[in-house]
Amino acid sequence: MTILIIAEHDNATLKGATLNTIAAALKLGGDVHVLVAGTGCAAAAQAAAACSGVAKVLLADAAHYGDHLAENLAALVVDRVRADPGCSHVLAPATPFGKNVLPRVAALLDSSQISDVIAVESVDTFQRPFYAGNAIAQVQSKDKIKVLSIRTTAFDPVDAGSGAAPVEAVAASADLGLTKLVGREVVKLERPELTAASVIVSGGRGLGAAEKFHAVLEPLADKLGAALGASRAAVDAGYAPNDYQVGQTGKIVAPQLYVAIGISGAIQHLAGMKDSKVIVAINKDPDAPIFQVADYGLVGDLFVLVPELAAAL
Amino acid sequence: MKILVAVKRVLDYNVKARVKSDGSGVDLANQKLSMNPFDEIACEEAVRLKEAGVVTEVIAVSCGPAGCQETLRSAMAIGADRGVLIEADAVLEPLAVAKMMQHVARKEGVQLAIFGKQAIDDDAGQTGQMFGALMGWAQASFASKVLVSGETATITREIDGGLETLEMKLPVVITTDLRLNEPRFITLPNIMKAKKKPLEVLKAAELGIDVAPRTTTLQVSEPPTRKAGIRVADTAELVKRLKEEAKVL
Repeated sequence: MTILIIAEHDNATLKGATLNTIAAALKLGGDVHVLVAGTGCAAAAQAAAACSGVAKVLLADAAHYGDHLAENLAALVVDRVRADPGCSHVLAPATPFGKNVLPRVAALLDSSQISDVIAVESVDTFQRPFYAGNAIAQVQSKDKIKVLSIRTTAFDPVDAGSGAAPVEAVAASADLGLTKLVGREVVKLERPELTAASVIVSGGRGLGAAEKFHAVLEPLADKLGAALGASRAAVDAGYAPNDYQVGQTGKIVAPQLYVAIGISGAIQHLAGMKDSKVIVAINKDPDAPIFQVADYGLVGDLFVLVPELAAAL
Repeated sequence: MKILVAVKRVLDYNVKARVKSDGSGVDLANQKLSMNPFDEIACEEAVRLKEAGVVTEVIAVSCGPAGCQETLRSAMAIGADRGVLIEADAVLEPLAVAKMMQHVARKEGVQLAIFGKQAIDDDAGQTGQMFGALMGWAQASFASKVLVSGETATITREIDGGLETLEMKLPVVITTDLRLNEPRFITLPNIMKAKKKPLEVLKAAELGIDVAPRTTTLQVSEPPTRKAGIRVADTAELVKRLKEEAKVL
């Protein structure tokens, strides 16, 4: 039995989400193979080979994998699956990268995909949340090749430095030439990445304006070494960029400490953060639903309390 | 040029999902059902493409029980020209829906298809990409800006930490992110007009498509609930508790 993982990486380094995905794969038993497809991505392949529990790294280095576009990558994954009669599972992290590619792989394999797996019970039985995390389904797959996207926050990452798996170069599949990347603007973050941060300071509609969102939250985030997040309401109102959004349709996070400021706690927001270890809520409305999940609630004017909190740290 | 818009009828986003006491699923009886919010964005974008003269006809397609006709009427009230319902009473997985959409897309000869990035009931986030794979089309998921000029689509999509722009030859499948547009308010005259637009009903069973589920839901349960904590009096108490009790500082 082989479990094929589609690695998320930037050609030079392996993304943390890949380590959580390997951890989920190890719960299935079987040989874990990690496919690193990119351009000049030998360093990322070496990083994958050093991960604990990995049996083999497959390295597909070709110009048309450099931008990690879904069409070519999915075709490659399917070719790798067909080349290994023992392949029983294909896994990818449930990140924007994995969500883009994996359903395409599943359809080409004529398999149903199980999205956002949070627990592996056996080789064919898994748990996944749906309805914004208001229900958990225990599902059993009948597909010959099971395709799973992994909710990274549900699996502790494997050790990134203790393995020594062989790296095998594999042939690239044909370039389908369907899509061309013409530009990529990635904001260089001075803060930790939202999904990897151990502390998150998150703001909602209570902040009232984009300038205030930054002016009020940043000093606190600086003190805590925190990533900045936002509720959908704050993103919709234009206070924060879209990729700050924590929730059902945004990012799913589970930091050690989540500080929700001026966030009422809509169901869809809670779906993205309720697995945080400690939740602090600051809100002027004592009846805000966020207080029902917060470990520590502070009722009052955030414009007074947040600077006060930053000063007290 | 025709565009296909996929629309799904789901539990209204304002209604909290409740797990049935026998653990067989989520209780939908007597609940408000509406169009999936991301599909509203998809409809809006398709209608804007028509208004801009890029496409000539907007075909809304839904798969599911007879009640989905209501959702198709909503799509037509936004501005879709006609609706197609593929009627099926059984549970449909994204792969099955993608196959049914493929059937319609081929029959109608569409060059563009637009899906919501995710439905807020099953949260699967698969159907658009699966459709793209089955059709062998280029895909642009999580789109925040769509430009179509001649045979080329230039699409900006949301990625981790920013945006990327793709250029692709038609045919193309797009899935919508939140930022793509703000759907228009549906007016009463448009609701009335939508009632007169054509709506075709096909039976899934007669299409010869394998729609049998590939997964069995063994049990549905409530998530572990998080207990509400305590109210602290001031920031000094908060800092003290975070340091000494929670030990996260």
